[in-house]
Amino acid sequence: MFGAGGGTNSYAEVEETDVVFLWGSNARAAHPIWFHHLLKGVRNGTRLYVMDPRRTDSAKWADVWMGLNVGSDVALSNTMAREIIHAGLAHAAFIANGTTGFDVYRAAVEPYTLDVGEQLTGIPAAAIREAAHTFATADKAMICWTLGITEHHNAVDNVLSLINLCLLTGHVGRWACGCNPLRGQNNVQGGGDMGAIPNRLPGFQDILDPAVRAAFERHWGVPIQPTYGKNLTEMLHAMEHGKITALLCAGENPVQSDADGNKVARLLGGLDHLVVQEIFLTKTAQLAHVVLPATASWCEADGTVTNSERRVQRVRKAKEPPAGARDELWILAELARRLGTDLGNPTAEELWNEFRTVAPAFAGGMSYARLESLGGIQWPCPDESHAGETFLHGRLWETPVRGRPAPFSVVEHAGPAEQPDAAYPFLLTTGRRLESYNTGVQTGGYASPLHYGETVDMSPEDAVMLGCADGDLARVSSRRGEVTAPVRIDRALRAGLVFMTFHFPDSVDTNVLTNDQYDPKSGTAEFKACAVRIEALVASVGAR
Amino acid sequence: MTTTLISIERPTRAPKKPLAFTIDGRAVTVEEGTTILAACRTIGIEIPTLCFLETLRPVNACRLCVVEVEGARVLAPSCSRTAEAGMVVYTKSARVIHARRLVLEFLASSVDLSTTPGMAELLAEYDCKPERYGPPKPHALAGERDAAIAGHHAAPDPDFAATVGQPVMVDNDLYVRDYAKCVLCYKCVEACGADHQNSFAIAVAGRGFNARISTEMAVPLPDSACVYCGNCIAVCPTGALMAKPEFDMRAAGSWNIEAQTTTDTICPYCGVGCTLSLHVQDNTIVKATSPLENSITLGNLCVKGRFGWQYVQPGPSADSATTRDG
Repeated sequence: MFGAGGGTNSYAEVEETDVVFLWGSNARAAHPIWFHHLLKGVRNGTRLYVMDPRRTDSAKWADVWMGLNVGSDVALSNTMAREIIHAGLAHAAFIANGTTGFDVYRAAVEPYTLDVGEQLTGIPAAAIREAAHTFATADKAMICWTLGITEHHNAVDNVLSLINLCLLTGHVGRWACGCNPLRGQNNVQGGGDMGAIPNRLPGFQDILDPAVRAAFERHWGVPIQPTYGKNLTEMLHAMEHGKITALLCAGENPVQSDADGNKVARLLGGLDHLVVQEIFLTKTAQLAHVVLPATASWCEADGTVTNSERRVQRVRKAKEPPAGARDELWILAELARRLGTDLGNPTAEELWNEFRTVAPAFAGGMSYARLESLGGIQWPCPDESHAGETFLHGRLWETPVRGRPAPFSVVEHAGPAEQPDAAYPFLLTTGRRLESYNTGVQTGGYASPLHYGETVDMSPEDAVMLGCADGDLARVSSRRGEVTAPVRIDRALRAGLVFMTFHFPDSVDTNVLTNDQYDPKSGTAEFKACAVRIEALVASVGAR
Repeated sequence: MTTTLISIERPTRAPKKPLAFTIDGRAVTVEEGTTILAACRTIGIEIPTLCFLETLRPVNACRLCVVEVEGARVLAPSCSRTAEAGMVVYTKSARVIHARRLVLEFLASSVDLSTTPGMAELLAEYDCKPERYGPPKPHALAGERDAAIAGHHAAPDPDFAATVGQPVMVDNDLYVRDYAKCVLCYKCVEACGADHQNSFAIAVAGRGFNARISTEMAVPLPDSACVYCGNCIAVCPTGALMAKPEFDMRAAGSWNIEAQTTTDTICPYCGVGCTLSLHVQDNTIVKATSPLENSITLGNLCVKGRFGWQYVQPGPSADSATTRDG
């Protein structure tokens, strides 16, 4: 945020802050060891608010569970913002010094009175008011979120609305204050760091900046396109319109992980040429013309990954890969050679050192030797005398402010793209469980006593209405597809809201249901909300 | 010099005052609040411990780390007793040695310490003779110790040394509980509870010699609040709690620490970035741990990090669809 694509704080800070808004995150299940740090905070007296439509295992630790309606996050944050402004609790000195656009923002949130907020979010006005006042008057406060914020068709607006709250209250750029996305994969942060995103070159340098492009063109000796590339969702659209006809897919299983899976399978199956670089013959790999067996990068190869506190850490080869599997760097270099470019055979460390030279302000000081001796380093780390940054954006407090001030963003409540109606009366939201991971490629094979397969989780009220009991089979259908799964009654859910994971797609392919309506700014699809119909296939005796 | 509107850095705490005292006649200066054990370690004095761990709050259960404080009526557990100015401490006095021998002999006569690292050396160092209490009593039947009623004690059997022996509990595929090896150090209870995991799946049940680690109502693990993070295994000092692969390999005689390499890498799952120490034998991962001193994990992991690596193991497995055949 503010030009640096990473969380602002360290895990240690959540132990020492006064208030945490854990927003759209079931970190107890999805980020268990980070949650240990949060629990230390809770035991130190941190007041914890959990914003989640479900009363999750994380919410059970909260001082206040704010069970908002799915997709009403902007309404909640805008309502809190208006309340903070009207109560005179905005941090005027910080706003004047380090931000821009406050007046427009203030006008934009004006319609979000407590009553309107209650209407839109389903949270009592008094609870919204209390949370707003507690957040604004806290000495130190943090907002942490995950996919409950970003898997919506207005994902970026959701994020911006949370950043607004931190700017409004001066809860950023200080120890134990800030905004932190918890990353869902061990190197989703590192992929961005290294430029494996469509709009940035290594070190989050903007591809539209001519000076940036010129530097990389000098370094690499090739022209760089002056436009953003396509994100995943845009790539699927381009395939649909024949604009992309060949694809290299490395370590991703979009047939089962993407929304509207039937459509993804059709699009990938229709390509002229699909190459999948994988460690298993996944459903996506089964569609490929060529499969390149790769090593498991975390234990069969060397390199680095970056975590949710921006800490770059070493991964190391602990075992030999199976016969025939090749190091991913070797595969890339060989592909390049066959496409007419000799990249040599660089080691992970050599590539890392090249990265340090093209992104010196970002990682110049992070030699492998220092990563080793310091147990990882948090970016930015410009030189070898620098210890790395525990928190970001302290510059916003400097007078006069160094660099560009942080802009407020005007965002409006939009709600889920697909709302329940007479034909599809339930809202399905999807998520993750503790013992499983994404499409289950990695977690399907270990014998966890916690595995119980896919279920459709619903409130006791809905189960009674549908006439089904725990374990009964139900058909779940949306406008895009249908699946059959056993019912699991979960008191964490309210009437009208059902929950599924996508951990067991071989038996229950939840993502044939989900809506591929996506955020034009991030390309993330709306996994968190789609309308479904549920029919009990076997009405259990005595359930009525 | 940059000016900021308000202080943005971590609030600094007042520096702790130094204090001077003596250990075994040597002058030592440490910060206020330092334990005697920590002070001993700074000057290279070894104190044996069982229930102490840097990442857990001291519970003073095992009494192995006791030292003599001049003027004090009783011996002090060095793991939790903080140093005071002018204190005179003896770590190897006759009283101390006698107390430690007592603790070690009682434990060794009643508990199976065969997989406790360093225990054989410690028993020899303190000249312990646990066998003088008689041959160990045969194991209790399964469930017998869990059924003990507080306050009800059988008369001692003069022919045998009383033991905590009972059959190994194997009720899930991830880890086993061999309470014949349990010294009741409380570490697992603390790691599962408020110190780290906050799952509270286990606690100490019963009193006196009947005390034992138990799930709620002694139900099998799969029926308990356990989430299989294995953070109890990570802190167990005796091998009473053991991951199933290690347990099975030890039973088969194939567990070979000399043939194992340990490599630190990062967990492949979520974005927290926990360090995984992979213990590999014959190109097969046999155990995953995390370093105690790691600032992110403090030695803790979740079920995926500690157990979820079957998919990179060589060879056939039960689920061939998700395992790569080498």
